[in-house]
Amino acid sequence: MKLARDTWLIFQRQLHLLLRNPVWVFVGVFQPVMYLLLFAPLLKPALNAPTQAEAYKIFVPGLLVLLAIFGGLFQGFGLIAELRAGVIERSRVTPVSRLALLLGRSLRDVVSLLVQAVIITLLALLFDLRVFIGDLLLAYLLLALIALMTSAVSYGVALKVKSEDALAPLMNTVAQPVLLLSGILLPLAFAPGWLQGIAKWNPFSWAVDGTRALFSGDISNDRVWQGLTIITVLAAAGVFWAARQFARSVR
Amino acid sequence: MIETRGLRKSFRSRAGRETKTVDAVRGVDLDVAAGEIFGFLGPNGAGKTTTLRMLATLIEPDGGQATIAGADLLKDPGEVRRRIGYVAQGGSTWDESTAREELVLQARLYGISKVEAQRRAVRALEAFQLTEFADRKCKTYSGGQRRRVEIALGIIHEPKIVFLDEPTTGLDPQSRAHMWDEIRRLRTEGMTVFITTHYLDEADALCDRIAIMDHGEVVAEGTPADLKREISGDVVQVGLDLVATGEAEKLLAAEEYISRLERLDEGGLRLFVDEGATAIPRILRRVDGAGLDLKSIELHRPSLDDVFLTKTGRSLRES
Ligand SMILES: Nc1ncnc2c1ncn2[C@@H]1O[C@H](COP(=O)(O)OP(=O)(O)OP(=O)(O)O)[C@@H](O)[C@H]1O
Ligand SMILES: [Mg+2]
Repeated sequence: MKLARDTWLIFQRQLHLLLRNPVWVFVGVFQPVMYLLLFAPLLKPALNAPTQAEAYKIFVPGLLVLLAIFGGLFQGFGLIAELRAGVIERSRVTPVSRLALLLGRSLRDVVSLLVQAVIITLLALLFDLRVFIGDLLLAYLLLALIALMTSAVSYGVALKVKSEDALAPLMNTVAQPVLLLSGILLPLAFAPGWLQGIAKWNPFSWAVDGTRALFSGDISNDRVWQGLTIITVLAAAGVFWAARQFARSVR
Repeated sequence: MIETRGLRKSFRSRAGRETKTVDAVRGVDLDVAAGEIFGFLGPNGAGKTTTLRMLATLIEPDGGQATIAGADLLKDPGEVRRRIGYVAQGGSTWDESTAREELVLQARLYGISKVEAQRRAVRALEAFQLTEFADRKCKTYSGGQRRRVEIALGIIHEPKIVFLDEPTTGLDPQSRAHMWDEIRRLRTEGMTVFITTHYLDEADALCDRIAIMDHGEVVAEGTPADLKREISGDVVQVGLDLVATGEAEKLLAAEEYISRLERLDEGGLRLFVDEGATAIPRILRRVDGAGLDLKSIELHRPSLDDVFLTKTGRSLRES
């Protein structure tokens, strides 16, 4: 199928370029590991968790969602560089599928997120985190969908604004409330009622709840399927919108 | 091969609070035959790139229609893309990739198999004398090497038509001559080549036919020889210093056998006359008689710049 072939071509190239520059791989893993080593130890007393493992069950899922959101949202910068180099225009005069131009890039972002997630999970295992493999895989699926959505949106916005100067403040402005209203760092169970009320409207807070449920082995929790459904719908919408930006005129 | 009718494009740009409309291309009709090198000659901002981008399906025309290699531009842009190659004015290679990687990927984006793509990349690298640097990152190439990679990318899928937007801008004279040879080679392989340029000598020497563009319109079209022949008569160029130029201009403007006068920036005049042989003695007498210091006098056949001048009232050299 043409779409699958084209997507694979773009994905391969993007992954190849990413691996050629190993600094990125290092940076991508270094930050979350720092969180894990330097921030997480504060959590056991702060959350009043009975054991360190319990604290990790709450913190690690939040950290992974955080990575998925931020990892995706800032991918647009690379695209603006490609736009400026004329690479996007060169692709657009070929018959390559416009959806593939997006999907190939976003899938590269999903894969690099999953690699980070696996490294973090393995490290957390050293700190006595325990999670069922089935639950974990479902959590990874949720993370992959989040990364797909945020990176697609970031690419779409990048194609619209076409400059780093506009993209950076825009993404920061979006990311901050999303982050604070999703209970990523601390569960919203600690939040006052009005804050919980607002957070209900943040799709990522559903995703965080769902991921936490999965990490505590509670796969039948409603938040799991609700989170998955919400994120799947948003990811599909994000991909659809961003692919249209690739098809439209770009200068 | 290419047929356009009334192709138009305007841009709206915002400067502060007011929006301004720029009519970049205003009704372009072109007929390009198969297997020719067709040149678009015009000053900066004439609308050359905008026309090319429309023909390459990158921007949608506001009006008009076009058929490219038998495919309708508006109804079937996908088919147009399969049949053309396009090399942008501003470059299209990625710093961190190598020429070989770029060529293989580009071929594969056109649906060519991996093995065949690699074979074509090798051939293209040879043809454009790039084999030596094939596996170095593009950011290490010189401007001329990089331009050759870009042109190789534009034709890797052996299109029927290739659009080259200013293929030789920024190249030294030797690389330019090389590039001309490459472009002629494409023609012998049966490709139709559509280039833009603002070099007069390039339009003259390389192109089978040219269209002169100014302010979004085609002001003249034909073979370089025909266009020059259209301007009857000769051009006499007299060399004078700057002060004398002003005075000579006043003197000679009154002479009825001189149909037109053009000042040169560096001093001196170009005079359009019916017959150079009889005009030269009269010009000499007039200038000498006024005590002006005449440094040189030359007789020219009209150049493409003279064509541009008669059609637009301006010189391409100045703009
Ligand atoms: N995206 C755009 N938005 C606004 N104006 C534009 C845009 N693209 C082109 N223009 C304007 O359209 C006109 C034609 O531009 P174009 O790039 O086609 O000229 P050109 O003949 O290729 O010139 P050059 O020789 O400098 O490359 C110019 O006045 C330019 O400023
Ligand atoms: Mg141009």
